[in-house]
Amino acid sequence: MFWNEEFETLPREAIASLQLKRLQKTLQRVYATVPFYRETFNQANFTPDDIKSLDDLRRIPFTLKSNMRDNYPYGLFAAPLDEIVRIHASSGTTGKPTVVGYTQRDIDNWAEMMARCFVAAGAHSGDVVHNAYGYGLFTGGLGAHYGAEKIGASVIPMSGGNTRKQIMIMQDFGSTVLTCTPSYALYLAEAAAEEGIDIRNLKLRIGIHGAEPWSEQMRDEIESKLGIKAMDIYGLSEILGPGVGIECIEAQNGLHIWEDHFIPEIIDPESGEVLPLGEKGELVITTITKEGIPMIRYRTRDITRFIPDPCICGRAHIRLERMSGRTDDMLIIRGVNVFPSQIESLLMQIEDVEPHYQLVIDREDNLDTLEIQVEVNEKIFSDEIKVLQQLSQYIKAQIKEMLGITCSVRLVEPKSIKRSEGKAQRVIDNRKVS
Amino acid sequence: MKVEQISIFIENKSGRLAEVTKVLGEAGINIRTLSLADTSDFGILRLIVDQTDKAKTVLKAHSFTVSKTEVVAVKVPDKPNGLSSILQVLDNGKINVEYMYAFVERSGEDAVIIFRFDDIEGAIKTLTENGITVLKGEHVTRI
Repeated sequence: MFWNEEFETLPREAIASLQLKRLQKTLQRVYATVPFYRETFNQANFTPDDIKSLDDLRRIPFTLKSNMRDNYPYGLFAAPLDEIVRIHASSGTTGKPTVVGYTQRDIDNWAEMMARCFVAAGAHSGDVVHNAYGYGLFTGGLGAHYGAEKIGASVIPMSGGNTRKQIMIMQDFGSTVLTCTPSYALYLAEAAAEEGIDIRNLKLRIGIHGAEPWSEQMRDEIESKLGIKAMDIYGLSEILGPGVGIECIEAQNGLHIWEDHFIPEIIDPESGEVLPLGEKGELVITTITKEGIPMIRYRTRDITRFIPDPCICGRAHIRLERMSGRTDDMLIIRGVNVFPSQIESLLMQIEDVEPHYQLVIDREDNLDTLEIQVEVNEKIFSDEIKVLQQLSQYIKAQIKEMLGITCSVRLVEPKSIKRSEGKAQRVIDNRKVS
Repeated sequence: MKVEQISIFIENKSGRLAEVTKVLGEAGINIRTLSLADTSDFGILRLIVDQTDKAKTVLKAHSFTVSKTEVVAVKVPDKPNGLSSILQVLDNGKINVEYMYAFVERSGEDAVIIFRFDDIEGAIKTLTENGITVLKGEHVTRI
């Protein structure tokens, strides 16, 4: 099923020529209205007229998150405030938040892309969309909301938190589609079970989860615990918010990125060079329809690769492999690059281990230490010490084999790792504090 | 011939043991005997109580990981060589003891030892065949 069949199945050449035309227009716009881009282009001896083909994009310097902070709050806006109808901002864990503005046309395009996402995930009018993404400055809530309304679904604007009420409403209102972070989906299932409700018996059939990296094993966990099909959605406020890309329900393998609105590139995060098709690297996105705050070659810091093969769903838009981490999530432990997602997928492969874990990194005598905390549930619990110690040893050995580093494993009581109602806090890095 | 025991996973941090006994006490459950096995990070508390199922339910409601296992209670003469003779019988029968602990009894000439075996049926058979008294579950939980 498609929301916009014509554009979602556009032949490759048509996408490319549309991209070039829209790119040229976007570059003209930012060159004329945003001093930051004009200066950057000038320094690189580049003018928008130099863009003759899509390959010329490589000549343009990257835009970084720090450029957004430097131009806080409105410095990168390419439309005057009287055309901006909405302002969102990122959570800004370090310093000032990053601010984005949308014109009415941006809001319409966003709703269009989110509508495509809902339909690709198998939703349709008549569905009851339980939207547990946060409403507010964060783009998640409102982004999903507008798309769900556009396809004619009935939207419940739950926002995050208040889990008991969420479960009651889900049950009473007959929610069929759940939109929230993957960790919150599992938290909901757990909280429902505590109240004696098996969430699998409710009407939910589809989950659309994003805003944090998750693994294939976590998908299996969500699908079996909630009795739904779970799709990965991609987005970031700097580019749009949720809806930049989505997995289709047909393949559940890779996220289609809407190429009539974005030009994605995969680069080597060290050298900045564009990588050959299919190689893993950092995702860079150029927006080509945005008016409020167009982004030129924005470095997302997300690690992925293109899946070049055509998809069985018939969408022409290229797929991105599930994000395997972020360049800034990467931990360097004793000189080894470690992505929390690697450890997660390893833990999820061990039968009956809960997806609640935490990594604690510390430094003792100038040596980094990694402790993995894993909750002990009834399935892995044994009344014999040696069985539990074997489990710890097994996890340690697996980590050693995969990452080459020695860690310690701490078995902890259930529910002792803090549950998150938004993005899960998987890593506690005590090295930064000292 | 078997006795129900509950085992509880406890993190090695202050107050956890007290929390378990508080939960049980508030539920009116009496602890008959206990043993604590510990490592540097965690411990396993093994309990024999007067109301096993209720104990499991209330502890689970307080987010503890609890399991129920079957152990064997054996009457041991409270005199030198008492335990040794029983262990000899088990050894001869090639019965492996996972762990054991002693029961606290108020009076009497016998002590009671709780055994956890891999092969519980085989253990009971070997013990009874050798004239050793294996106590009934009800007897133990109602002492």
